[in-house]
Amino acid sequence: MFKILRKSFETGIVTNDFPKAPAPISRFARGKPEIDFARMRNGEEAAKICPTQAITITNPADARSLALDLGKCIFCGLCAEASPAIRITNQCQLASTDRDALKITDILDSNDSNQTDYEALGGRARTVIQKMFGRSLHIREVDAGSCNGCEIEVVGLTSPIYDIERFGVHFVASPRHADMLLVTGPVTRNMELALRKTYAAMPAPRLVAAAGACACSGGIFGANYATVGGVDKILPVDVYIPGCPPNPTALLHGVLLAMGRLRSRRPSV
Amino acid sequence: MNPLSSLQNVLNDVSKRYHIAVRVGRTDEIYLRANADVVPGLCAFLHRKWNGRLVNVFAEDRRAQNGKYTVYYQFALDDLHGFFFVEVEVDGKKPELLSLTNAFPSINWQEREIQDWFGINLVGHPNSRRCALHDDWPDIHPMRQDFDLRTKLPPFSGERHHFRKVEGEGVFQVPVGPVHAGIIEPGHFLFSVAGEPILYLQIRLFYTHKATEKLFENMPVDHCVRLAESISGDSSFAHATAFCHAVERSANIEVPERARVMRSICLELERIYNHIADIGAIATDVAFAVANAHAMRLKETVLRLNEQLSGNRLLRGMICPGGVRFDWTGDQAKAASTVLNQLRPDFEEMVDLIQASASTRDRLETTGTLSPQIAHDLGIVGLAGRASGFNHDLRRDFPHAAYGAVQVNVPVYTVGDVYHRMLVRIDEVRESIRVIQHLLARLPSGAIRVKIGELPTDATALGFVEGWRGEIYHWIRTTSGNRLSRCRVKDPSVQNWPAMTEAVQGNIIPDFPVINKSFNLSYSGTDR
Repeated sequence: MFKILRKSFETGIVTNDFPKAPAPISRFARGKPEIDFARMRNGEEAAKICPTQAITITNPADARSLALDLGKCIFCGLCAEASPAIRITNQCQLASTDRDALKITDILDSNDSNQTDYEALGGRARTVIQKMFGRSLHIREVDAGSCNGCEIEVVGLTSPIYDIERFGVHFVASPRHADMLLVTGPVTRNMELALRKTYAAMPAPRLVAAAGACACSGGIFGANYATVGGVDKILPVDVYIPGCPPNPTALLHGVLLAMGRLRSRRPSV
Repeated sequence: MNPLSSLQNVLNDVSKRYHIAVRVGRTDEIYLRANADVVPGLCAFLHRKWNGRLVNVFAEDRRAQNGKYTVYYQFALDDLHGFFFVEVEVDGKKPELLSLTNAFPSINWQEREIQDWFGINLVGHPNSRRCALHDDWPDIHPMRQDFDLRTKLPPFSGERHHFRKVEGEGVFQVPVGPVHAGIIEPGHFLFSVAGEPILYLQIRLFYTHKATEKLFENMPVDHCVRLAESISGDSSFAHATAFCHAVERSANIEVPERARVMRSICLELERIYNHIADIGAIATDVAFAVANAHAMRLKETVLRLNEQLSGNRLLRGMICPGGVRFDWTGDQAKAASTVLNQLRPDFEEMVDLIQASASTRDRLETTGTLSPQIAHDLGIVGLAGRASGFNHDLRRDFPHAAYGAVQVNVPVYTVGDVYHRMLVRIDEVRESIRVIQHLLARLPSGAIRVKIGELPTDATALGFVEGWRGEIYHWIRTTSGNRLSRCRVKDPSVQNWPAMTEAVQGNIIPDFPVINKSFNLSYSGTDR
């Protein structure tokens, strides 16, 4: 017993300060690909090399008309090797409540609004949490066919480093106790019914978060004989969290975004 | 090409007794084509006389080429450092083959998978119910070449599986899953219990089946590497390495030494973070949460190191056919060494907390015991096998990546309980740290990647890697345009799941989570 206490005491507090301070993301980390549309001459190579067709040419007559779908992106960085006009940043907090906002074209880089101004994000999250003070968010996680990569990072949220419980957010065992369904995986044919039943067992108001490229769009698996190709084919999704897998900070950012949405929806229920 | 001299004896011995056609794929990869009637005898001979382990059974649809299916039985001859593939052709119109499950219980699921996916009838299988396709699936065989990947099937209509009945006074059934209480993958477990002890466990998997093997046939090779990373998230690097290994062998390409060392370092990092996470999770499952908090903290440091070394916390995107994609600066290599130096004493203290806790040990010792005999009969591999007397490790017996340049000590125990599966992990973490430090100190300079170019057409090759969970095999056949016509993926979990059924018997249901965690098998790797 003494040993246990001594070890805890020596270790001290390890929880990071996110969202007050920026998350410790390595400069080597591969996050959002940034397309320099002004310098983009030919996007065909990048579109061809993308394993998930996250990069597409929107106008076949114009090789520069590139579109990037962050919901499909697995952040492998192959496009940046193929095209000098694409640069991989270490931005990973890319969640959005709007699926279309994850699609970036030269006219619209709507994800810009999310571009990590840590102060603003921290402030926003704090407001949400403060306004929500007194209540908490309970999450039921469902693996609808993921490779287990997303689960590793979701579990990481409960670690002392990220400690999601400090926001009043808990992972619960039963959908009956849950406010949010956090779904990973492309939704396999064999999990579709279980997912629907889990959602049906939740009390309203309820949120659905799609975590990871597979849940957002089917990812590298897409839609095939065994998969549906994304959570929103089955359930209404409130927040999309890109990443392969999204790291704990990206997940946390997504959950906090969705909490804002819950608040705005509450009065009508 | 001549086989390894150690394998020549086996070849002579086999040729003397059986009528076979020999094809030497590579010096350590030999194909024996035999008629269906001699296959059972030949397999038994390789197993009994030459200690061949039957590690992989799979089929291939060759009807377009010769009107037949081919079924392969892959044997690993660990002491002789070679793989033998027994190849048998099956009629394309009336596909039937004798089941070998009665002689080799370890291939029970793999044979049923062939039955479901290819529609080859395995005659005499002791339990020929559906396995890889659930019972509500229409009558399709998705791995046949003429089945389209994008076929739209009617939605899942509900479970129609008939479980075995377990009856008697006071016996009742406890169904669990596929959605579990924790944050884990989906699978269904049906416990038959009398009072608290478990009489019988039936496991139903393939909930996460997502057409992975079929997808490999529908992508260029460069994309396939990224797909391999998504077979089992916790083994991203190991699966991708096994895949690249197969591609490189098909093209007869040697990976530069620096890249090989970097691959080994990444494989060991993957082993470390998974083992630490599992040790913590085992502690959690017996209510020792403090140890898990430390374990998660340590795991996080390794994940961040992964991110620094590869750009991704799960080491994704790092590997490519022909080498690795990102070189390390001296600072990165030094950072790795520093992190591991700090990790080691911290890890020892965490282990010490667990081992000094009598109540924790009481729950772990003699729980979920898998006897060496059963482990041997079921062909249990990897860390679960090594806790039950299985003295094999591809890193030592079939050196790949840079394992030829470093000695890997393999911990082996014979007790086979949860505690000893944890001990294997503890020993392996220590060993992995030592191996990485050894390799980092001797990180060769030079290129990190060779260009692969166009792959040869219609070449077959085996890729193998000892992942943290056990041995991973990828077997490919190339086709024109840098594509594959078949990619067989064998995760160690496929082999090890039946061990769960044996290990839980007589234990109480509350101990099931910790027994399950002590094996920590991949659902996604099994279901693909």
